[in-house]
Amino acid sequence: MADAVLLLIGACFVLPLLWLVLGSLDPAAGHGTKLPQQPALDNFAAVLTPELLFRPLVNSVLLSVGTGAVTLAAAVLAAYPLSRYRSRFNTPFLYGILFGTCLPVTAIMVPVYGLFVQLQLLDSLPATVLFLSATSLPMAIWMTRNFMDAVPLAVEEAAWVDGASRLAALRSIVLPLMGPGLGVVFIFVFIQAWGNFFVPFVLLLSEANQPAAVSIFSFFGQNGAVAYGQLAAFSILYSLPVLALYVIVARGSGNSLALSGAVRG
Amino acid sequence: MPAPHHRRQFARYLPVLPAVVLLAVFLAGPVLWAFQASLTNAGLTGRHARNPEWVGLENYQRLLQDPVFPLSLALTVLFVGGSAILGQNILGLALAVLMRRARPAVSAAVGTAVVAAWVLPEIVAAFAAYAFFSNDGTINQLLGGLGLAEVDWLYAMPMVALILANVWRGTAFSMLVYRAALGGVPAELTEAAHMDGAGAWQRLVFITLPVIRGTIATNLMLITLQTLAVFTLIWVMTAGGPANGSSTLPVMAYQEAFKFGDIGYGTAVASVLILIGAVFGAAYLRLLREQKP
Repeated sequence: MADAVLLLIGACFVLPLLWLVLGSLDPAAGHGTKLPQQPALDNFAAVLTPELLFRPLVNSVLLSVGTGAVTLAAAVLAAYPLSRYRSRFNTPFLYGILFGTCLPVTAIMVPVYGLFVQLQLLDSLPATVLFLSATSLPMAIWMTRNFMDAVPLAVEEAAWVDGASRLAALRSIVLPLMGPGLGVVFIFVFIQAWGNFFVPFVLLLSEANQPAAVSIFSFFGQNGAVAYGQLAAFSILYSLPVLALYVIVARGSGNSLALSGAVRG
Repeated sequence: MPAPHHRRQFARYLPVLPAVVLLAVFLAGPVLWAFQASLTNAGLTGRHARNPEWVGLENYQRLLQDPVFPLSLALTVLFVGGSAILGQNILGLALAVLMRRARPAVSAAVGTAVVAAWVLPEIVAAFAAYAFFSNDGTINQLLGGLGLAEVDWLYAMPMVALILANVWRGTAFSMLVYRAALGGVPAELTEAAHMDGAGAWQRLVFITLPVIRGTIATNLMLITLQTLAVFTLIWVMTAGGPANGSSTLPVMAYQEAFKFGDIGYGTAVASVLILIGAVFGAAYLRLLREQKP
């Protein structure tokens, strides 16, 4: 009984995805789901061009890797004192940070646009990276601190006794021990940045800077009526990296990602 | 000797600085800027773009008279209530409960399907949902196959389509949260109730749900905040239409600011949304504090 109900619900969740897969293989795809009469890779061939796929994907990589790196660096630095020192400052700071994760990011996009106009940062990839980093920082700090708390202070103290400075101990002892945790944080930030549409849609104006999420929207917004198969093929190629990364994380520690999902959107 | 102590304290917390600067410039800054800009007539282009004038509460007065605003507020409540509080929450809980009774292979396969919709980039999920609900899309194919009347979902009932699409997109989060929570319910409790003759429903309502009520409250708060911020799904599927029939607050703020070029008015709408988010955020923090003794 439970099996049957579950499978029925599961089928409802698969249906919209089925269109993506079948449509990508069908050169004559439309809105409907149907088995391709002549399955072919024409759609993939059509979107595998430098201006359509590669340049936007390179921008997506720059945006996501940049955001991941900046966020991780700032989060590790901030997490260290929060994890290692006791202070009246910690609790309010952490709650303030958690409050930051609650802000609806879409609500601040209009003011962020205004801010970027005034600071003349519009259409700048580095500035967009910094903004994306700021939006993912609260959860990243929260997670990084939890991972750091799990590294016993005793291990670090042993290094100090041997004459290592705090920074050296952090780099050579603490960070390697929390490697998998840092990987989870990086991948989580990467996935969010990779999939984000609204932020680059508002902040990056020229085609040369737009990541795949925006280029897919503008291209197919104009040509969608004739090229649904290509839209599906493009979507699959663009989604693959994120799906692969999720599988890697879910195998290791599904729960921490579930927790981190708390701030999506 | 307070001075050296403070200095040491300061040096210790120096590494927090980069994060604080980023958060102050890019999160706190825009929020404060929003409240200030919502009191001006800042424009997207033209002379008001460069020299916005102070107009006091004019934008908010206009908001109260604008017939689109109460509509937009109601649509937002409908969207959050229907897709998050009812849809994702209950379906997520149902999935988590069923998965504990189903065969592991079935539960893993269905879990993958549910999570897949959630992990996909939002623009891809939005396109898939758009195709699914469009006039000659999959859902009408199914209805036609069953001999039922087809519906022009995106025009005739855009909110129903959007709510179903957002349930599809976001249920995975609630499912994962509830799976973890159900795993933490002590088996002795439910077994004891079973011995006393309580049925499956009774055990769920009188034992399991009260035990995980903290998780339920937290989950409701988080999915409310997430759903409040949904923009891409709506923008791709209906763009707020037809005739503002699905323009929730984020869509309205975007349209006022970028389509009609009225940044001041758009930020006033955004400020309302930020305030609503802040209220829920504060409630969420209170909840967390109560749970942590």
